[in-house]
Amino acid sequence: MAAQTLFEKIWNRHLVKTMADGTALLYIDRHLVHEVTSPQAFEGLRLTGRTVRRPDLSFATMDHNVPTTEDRLTIRDPISKAQVEALRQNCKEFGITLYDLGSDEQGIVHMIGPELGITVPGLTMVCGDSHTSTHGAFGTLAFGIGTSEVEHVLATQTLRQSRPKTFKVEFTGRLKPGSTSKDMVLKLIGLIGTAGGTGYVIEYCGEAVRGLSMEARMTICNMSIEGGARAGMIAPDENTFEYIASGNRPFAPTGEALERAIAYWKTLPTDPEASFDRTLTIEADTIAPQITWGTSPGMVVDVTGHVPEPDQVPGYSRKDVEQALSYMGLTPGTPMTDIRPDTVFLGSCTNSRMEDLRRAAAIFKGRKKADSVRLIVVPGSQRVRRQAEAEGLDRIFKEAGGEWRYAGCSMCLGMNPDQLKPQERCASTSNRNFEGRQGKGGRTHLVSPEMAAAAAVEGHFVDIRNWS
Amino acid sequence: MEPFQSHRGVIATLDRANVDTDQIIPKQFLKSIERTGFGENLFFDWRYGEDGKPNPDFELNQDHFNGASILITRNNFGCGSSREHAVWAVRQYGFKAIIAPWQERDGTHVPAFADIFRNNAVKNGVLTIELTESEVEEIFEMVARFKRLEATIDLEEQRVTLHLDEEISFHFDIDPVVKDHLQRGLDDIALTLEYERDITDFETRHDIQMPGGAPA
Repeated sequence: MAAQTLFEKIWNRHLVKTMADGTALLYIDRHLVHEVTSPQAFEGLRLTGRTVRRPDLSFATMDHNVPTTEDRLTIRDPISKAQVEALRQNCKEFGITLYDLGSDEQGIVHMIGPELGITVPGLTMVCGDSHTSTHGAFGTLAFGIGTSEVEHVLATQTLRQSRPKTFKVEFTGRLKPGSTSKDMVLKLIGLIGTAGGTGYVIEYCGEAVRGLSMEARMTICNMSIEGGARAGMIAPDENTFEYIASGNRPFAPTGEALERAIAYWKTLPTDPEASFDRTLTIEADTIAPQITWGTSPGMVVDVTGHVPEPDQVPGYSRKDVEQALSYMGLTPGTPMTDIRPDTVFLGSCTNSRMEDLRRAAAIFKGRKKADSVRLIVVPGSQRVRRQAEAEGLDRIFKEAGGEWRYAGCSMCLGMNPDQLKPQERCASTSNRNFEGRQGKGGRTHLVSPEMAAAAAVEGHFVDIRNWS
Repeated sequence: MEPFQSHRGVIATLDRANVDTDQIIPKQFLKSIERTGFGENLFFDWRYGEDGKPNPDFELNQDHFNGASILITRNNFGCGSSREHAVWAVRQYGFKAIIAPWQERDGTHVPAFADIFRNNAVKNGVLTIELTESEVEEIFEMVARFKRLEATIDLEEQRVTLHLDEEISFHFDIDPVVKDHLQRGLDDIALTLEYERDITDFETRHDIQMPGGAPA
């Protein structure tokens, strides 16, 4: 058989049928559901008298609009409450497993998939959420879909898809201390632009990727969509197998079934002779900590850089940059380390796993946040919250002056009460610096957890590489 | 879904690149469990001032764009969140087609529309049209010069025609699958369910724990 990429192996093994017009009918192994993009899909099923074909392959939780404060179980916003109630009702009616608000396993949908062993290598996985690309870290084809497609998956367990192109991004060498997988992916988006990956599935490879933990790999794959890509993937390896075998993952295979699965998963990586439609090589050892200065994730510079002049930004017109700088309240030539955030948000499906919280806590240990800064720490899942508390991280964040919250998407998109005020500036470990994303008029700078933590301590951004 | 054959309407301009779905329909409107009621909140943060009144500086609030049904904008429209609410808002506001430029960067074709937005548009009968940057620029200039300029979009002929004294028209490429889908206004789920036997056969040989691997 011809040499194949990881993507091609998974794609080909999920083809139910290729239609006369060339469209692929692709089988979907796992479908994740949350409260915001699913109600109209369930309603569509009811209106047409259809049902859920495989309720055992859909898994639901509540994450986008849930409060993360102590009194979170009482949702005061009646419209949010109705949406949460609708998901409860829909899961009950159609027999779908739900990790409800208040459950031990509730959390951001892209956190709980891997935690529960729902996400394993070699799958096709979808969710009505663009950050579904996160699961690609396991060597699975995972992508976000709209609500019409959610309904299609519920009704048929398949999707009609045109075949994306393949894009190999190789990170050679090793990351230098202070730089993280967040910086790798921000660097990539800065290079290719926010539409540079549109129409492609990216496979991340190279020594620097192999050296990353599963959690760090999830951060890279998570932000593939910010580069426009349909999905991001990383070939499974020993790190992957160890992650799946460790911890309490009720949906993952165990014992002999796990051994058989691992033997199969080892056949998934891209064949040496396989070719990609496009390739790009980035030297990981040259990647500095990154900070976004604008309103698009591609508007990013090294921490040692400055707010750019409007005509000096590749891929953005003068007008784009002027609009962004005006919105962000920034002047060209300002050193990035002079920028002073009002709020530091540690959270989101990009950076709210144990490793992220541990790295941030290491910075806060024995230190206080600056008086000018509001610090909010939102674990991505209740499982992470419990583990962080077992390790005493919650105390470190609280002693530093931060708020320690319950699991949810929170200020990444501000659908719940966690929002920025107009012109409030935020150092955020999330994934989007769009206008108004974290609250109308709010100004977002995307950074890694350690860069966010150090900014909270100093009251302005610092180069984490020479900060102590 | 209503089939799309050809459409004639007023063109409105939105001179911004990378318009993301958070801007198209902000978060507070995603709490609805309905499929309707989004049009009035399209571009909410740009469109309305703090007092809740229409912001006179926002392009689409200009009188001559009233009732426009074709939107022309810049590259990478619809990036970000997968929310189909963005397409519902565009459609319910009254837009039947959106025109944006594809670009060339590092020798590759960069599509005009974000992937998930474009897919969602097709499902809702909204036509996304990619033209070159110079063609889009020309339409922007014509719309600025001739108030309430109308265009006809002929999907069969894959042509956008500007109704000027001397008509100008532009050819566009489109995925034949998308074209057929829009022209016939098809219900995807009904079409797929015609393959139910294939799906069932596939399920009998597909190991859900090791999909593609040898069945246990």
